Amino acid sequence: MSSEGLAIPMRAKAAGYPWPLWRAQLLTILRLELKRNFFKLRGFWIYLLAFAPAVIIGAHAATSRGRCTLEEDTTILAGIFEVFYLRLGIFFGCMGIFTRLFRGEVIEKSLHYYFLAPVRRELLVLGKFLAGVIAAIFFFGCGVTLSFIFMNGHFGDAGRQYVFGGPGLGQLGSYLLVTVLACIGYGSLFLLMGLLFKNPVVPAVIILLWESINNVLPAMLKKLSIIFYLLPLCPVEVPAEGLGALFTVVADPVPVYLAIPGLLCVSALSLFYAARKIRSMEISYGAD
Amino acid sequence: MAYRADELIVFENVSKFYGDVLGVNRISLAIGPGVTSLVGPNGSGKTTLMNLMTGLIWPTKGAVRVLGLTAQDPERFFRLVGYCTQFDSFARGITGREFVYDTLRLHGMTHKDAADRTQESLERVNMVEAADRKVAAYSKGMRQRVRLAQSISHHPRVLVLDEPLNGLDPMARAESMALFSTLGKEGMHVIISSHILHEVDRISDQVILLNSGYVVAEGQIQGVRDEVKEHPMQIMVRCSRPGFLAAKLFAEDHIMEAKLHDDGRGILIRTRDAGRFYSQLHQIVLDGELELEAVAPADYDVNSVYQYLIGSEGATV
Repeated sequence: MSSEGLAIPMRAKAAGYPWPLWRAQLLTILRLELKRNFFKLRGFWIYLLAFAPAVIIGAHAATSRGRCTLEEDTTILAGIFEVFYLRLGIFFGCMGIFTRLFRGEVIEKSLHYYFLAPVRRELLVLGKFLAGVIAAIFFFGCGVTLSFIFMNGHFGDAGRQYVFGGPGLGQLGSYLLVTVLACIGYGSLFLLMGLLFKNPVVPAVIILLWESINNVLPAMLKKLSIIFYLLPLCPVEVPAEGLGALFTVVADPVPVYLAIPGLLCVSALSLFYAARKIRSMEISYGAD
Repeated sequence: MAYRADELIVFENVSKFYGDVLGVNRISLAIGPGVTSLVGPNGSGKTTLMNLMTGLIWPTKGAVRVLGLTAQDPERFFRLVGYCTQFDSFARGITGREFVYDTLRLHGMTHKDAADRTQESLERVNMVEAADRKVAAYSKGMRQRVRLAQSISHHPRVLVLDEPLNGLDPMARAESMALFSTLGKEGMHVIISSHILHEVDRISDQVILLNSGYVVAEGQIQGVRDEVKEHPMQIMVRCSRPGFLAAKLFAEDHIMEAKLHDDGRGILIRTRDAGRFYSQLHQIVLDGELELEAVAPADYDVNSVYQYLIGSEGATV
């Protein structure tokens, strides 16, 4: 009995690295993670976070015909996106999805199955992260799109004209881009938290506070947050009034052309550290 | 038989501490092919040793190499190694067949290869009929067998089994033992842990006895028995004439050392044959040559560990 003679993609190496094997393993991790961890009833609260605004906006659309203007609703949608989705929905949704990726498996005592497979642990981090990103983008992307459709749909021809003949479609594209980047940014951060802490809720609260006070932080420290890169990419400016300005306005915003690479750099750093951390990780379920 | 380093499982002066708690200490071993049993009471370090062997934990000191590889190189290492742990946990809603199949896909196998290997390993552990049922509905013995199927499914050269007979009924136990024996004869390294020696000694080519994180004896089963039998034992004797007792016993070949206690009322004897010592002491006391106050073992000797391991229904030394 031996594994010799087995036709595995390991044989076909390209440029010294077993790319076909890594691709096959990555796809398997993605399939397993998506099947096991997402689109299950226990993720109900994440679906609620993602779709609750759409339901509320849908109810508003059904009951407020003629009582509000397209401009007002566009601003309201921008406020909902910046305050609810970015600050709460995507933040907590990603916390739920990404901290579970490793910590959940430690609690369920099933992580060792991955660790005993011939898979690089760095690849496991990447596979789990991508699965989380796909799930988070699906939930929140759908939630944001539905909210946008409901918000503009009840204006009839004016709404259609705004979306297809005006700035509407571009705004939806921007919202979705920010959603994707938020899922990547917060996802990488919470995946790392799930590896570093037995109880990731405490660091999550600290991150929430950090993100909330981003506006009043020194310029250098601002760059070490996710929201700093996301708000400048939002397509509609929300009027700054009172305390709400703390959550919707960025002082000294980063230029748009730097925001995306900046956020991706923060995410890459988080993932790089997570990959380093997992290489020395030990399975000791008893201690957890 | 001499083996090359890349045919052995080698522990080089390995220690593992969990904070201040000792897991195993200064372990040096070279394990060849065949069935090797790690035997010791609960907490003796068997699982720690297996987890070190498979990279689930890392040594605090020393190095572990399995067939010349370390778990830091998982892509090569885990093609050669299969580990059936004691962790009785599975992903929710998974069937036995999916459990084995998914692992093989992680090896990078194609759907067909993985499906074939899954079927083969399930057949080997007699789990084909129940394979498409959810693992959550399995008995403990069935879960044990499906984990065994998973650990042998990729045809490893080293199979590590942590208490593999736990929860199995007598029939499944006999079948598993026969399977381990067959795998060992096929040239595989089969490492089995157990806290009952007689459970595994029939199929073991060699035995490693562990106690409190230390290897107390190792080798072929008969050698271990001899080693245990000849392992020195320390006995403290409190009596009226310790000097006389020392002089009387010193000529005996089984007495290795006799140390008088500072208070002049005790003597520490180190002997290779505790039975002979006790009978000679008994005779001296009967002859009225000294008054005995107390006799007690001065350390937890390997023999008492061994007696514990073989249990009441166990084999004789």
